[in-house]
Amino acid sequence: METSALKRLQVQRFKPEENPEIHYLNSERGLWSWLSTVDHKRIGLMYLASIAIFFFIGGVLALVLRTELLSPAQSFLDADVYNQVFTLHGAIMIFFFLVPSVPAALGNFILPIQLGAKDVAFPRLNLASFYIYTIGTVFTLVAIITGAVDTGWTFYTPYSTETGTNVLLMTLGIFILGFSSILTGVNFIVTIHKMRAPGMTWSKLPLNVWSLYATSIIQVLATPVLAITLLLLVMERALGIGIFDPALGGDPVLFQHFFWFYSHPAVYIMIVPGFGVISEVISTFSRKHIFGYWAIALSSLAIAFIGFLVWGHHMFTAGQSSLASMVFSFLTFLVGIPTGIKIFNWLATMYKGSIDLKAPMLYAMVFLFLFTIGGFTGIMLGALSVDIHLHDTYFVVAHFHYVMMGGMVMALLAGLHYWWPKMFGKMYSEVYARISCALIFIGFNLAFLPQFVMGAQGMPRRYFNYIDQFQPFHQLSTMGAYIMGVGFVIMFFYLLHSLVRGEKAASNPWGSRALEWQTTSPAAPHNFEHTPVVIHGPYDYHKPMSEFQLGIAHGHHGESHQPETLETVAETGTRP
Amino acid sequence: MAHSTASSSAPAHLQHHFVDSDQQFESSKMGMWIFLVTEILFFGGLFAAYIVYRAWYPDLYVQASTQLDTFWGAVNTAVLIGSSLTVAMAIRSAQLNQIKGLIINLYITIGLAFTFMVIKYFEYVHKFEKGIFPGQYYTYEGIAHEKANIFFSIYYMMTGLHGLHVIIGIGLMIWLLVKAKKGAFSAEYYTPVEITGLYWHLVDVIWIFLFPLLYLID
Repeated sequence: METSALKRLQVQRFKPEENPEIHYLNSERGLWSWLSTVDHKRIGLMYLASIAIFFFIGGVLALVLRTELLSPAQSFLDADVYNQVFTLHGAIMIFFFLVPSVPAALGNFILPIQLGAKDVAFPRLNLASFYIYTIGTVFTLVAIITGAVDTGWTFYTPYSTETGTNVLLMTLGIFILGFSSILTGVNFIVTIHKMRAPGMTWSKLPLNVWSLYATSIIQVLATPVLAITLLLLVMERALGIGIFDPALGGDPVLFQHFFWFYSHPAVYIMIVPGFGVISEVISTFSRKHIFGYWAIALSSLAIAFIGFLVWGHHMFTAGQSSLASMVFSFLTFLVGIPTGIKIFNWLATMYKGSIDLKAPMLYAMVFLFLFTIGGFTGIMLGALSVDIHLHDTYFVVAHFHYVMMGGMVMALLAGLHYWWPKMFGKMYSEVYARISCALIFIGFNLAFLPQFVMGAQGMPRRYFNYIDQFQPFHQLSTMGAYIMGVGFVIMFFYLLHSLVRGEKAASNPWGSRALEWQTTSPAAPHNFEHTPVVIHGPYDYHKPMSEFQLGIAHGHHGESHQPETLETVAETGTRP
Repeated sequence: MAHSTASSSAPAHLQHHFVDSDQQFESSKMGMWIFLVTEILFFGGLFAAYIVYRAWYPDLYVQASTQLDTFWGAVNTAVLIGSSLTVAMAIRSAQLNQIKGLIINLYITIGLAFTFMVIKYFEYVHKFEKGIFPGQYYTYEGIAHEKANIFFSIYYMMTGLHGLHVIIGIGLMIWLLVKAKKGAFSAEYYTPVEITGLYWHLVDVIWIFLFPLLYLID
């Protein structure tokens, strides 16, 4: 290809074929073709299956905890087992489910298609990341079987260096998992920089890509610090190096600094990709150009940046200097600004749009509602004096679940329902999807609203016993958890039904203008049968569909399609 | 599957999902640069620990660093800088299509990396003989400071991880050597040489920080 900055491309209209015979799911068959695949779409689905399994395990553990908490004192778990169960619930949900959920599962599937690329920049590295993830999970499962862990997902020293449980294997597993996260981040950043289709300029990137870009930056910059922290913890247990051990001259608070230097940005790894999904869904189902494109795109980067400067708000009560606490508190409030910008832009996108309340949009609206509550309570916790009262209470637990479950899981579900037709070429039952969404919404609020009240009244987190005063709240919360569980069971069955005998999906069932809907459903083995050419942005609903289905007039396998009608001769930049 | 039939004139090294060699080369190089950023943050945690404890126990660092052999540390610094030069020359040879020069330079680089590890080995053994072990196994009594073990914990972690990176680098260089002998590289395609070179420079740069911070305190 010539390298001149501008050149004339002959483009042709390619209407995507409906229900193609050959697509990425059946182009190669057999288990080995999946295990050895370098196709980002298949790797994305393998991640999706893995996170679904871990979400199930983590969810069952949560129900076990809630059942134990139905009544005060011991019912069927003793205190040690309770500690192990909440540790596993936290560690599995965070490291095995939330961190890889949207970036590795949905992101892997959709990112290259949204860019008009054939694959991510390093497909084999991508497969390696998946196997590294698998090895990490094996380590952790072995740790669970051979003696569990009872430190909480935060592994605070000095307890984590002294407890008799299997912290060593567990932290090694998460150390390995970190590399998977880092490599995915590296892969995505390079893909976004180098693999965009002709005409896909930075100002035409879908907002989901901007979100994944911001997420990848956090993954790349924060995860290595977790790796070194966990390595030091492993060395502490294995060799007694003493860096976190006060008896040997070390400092346990240093561990907290290191840990939260990763783990605070990590909560943005868990939520920022959700913002991207929500932007796509809200624009598509409001049939409107997204309001404030650059504001949403840049606020993701702003959150990524400020997110690195707020870790100290986890240590307001850990003996941090009051000056440091004040600075961290102020910076924590600052994160609220870009987040608020996003919420207002989404609302403004919906304003006067023709809103279609399909399942993805329902989840997006649930997200808006729950995440806003989660965000505001986060600001409350960021206030110094309030945090002294609320620190380590159920208020924190409720806040965290509103952000992570109410935010990220709802965004994941919105994305899953939104891209489901593109993944499997099948539609799901809209009726059951709405029922399940309603149950999850009701159950979620029933489970976690009482926890705010309890927390404010002083119920500490991580306790398996409580005073009678809190029993009604705990019972409501447990009931909510069961309702949510029913919602997820229904979802499992209608999605399964969709896979087996769902209606065939059209290539663009939602009438979206975004690039990923300009190919077949399920997607072609190399995403597009032609090299797509991007002339309009992904949210240009005021322009006719025919101006979106454009591609270079020869296939990528060398054979040229007969250019029957050359509809447009577009002037675009070359491959960026 | 990785190698494509993108068009009849596509070179063998071009993977199916890239448009041309330039895109593939630039992508690989950018990927390695981002990976190096993660490496810096990885070591960054240790440097942060170093700074914290140096601020707390300034005399300890001055006293304990006298146990490190400045002469051999300096020799090792020279060895690593030399290997950075030869790896740069290896890349230059590849660019000029001088495959023989590439192979010779890789041999020298591997030799220098081994020299570094051998010297490091003798430094470690010398300390172990005195009872200078990390953390709770520390038994040496020649330093009048009760937290002396902390300095050596940090010393072993930093130099140990750095040594691990040198060993990985040696492995990569041997892999390059095998491929170069099979004629895989030419002026058109030398991406692995280039990005391994980048990695090797980082390993060198980290040592250039470790040497003064650990050996040259007073």
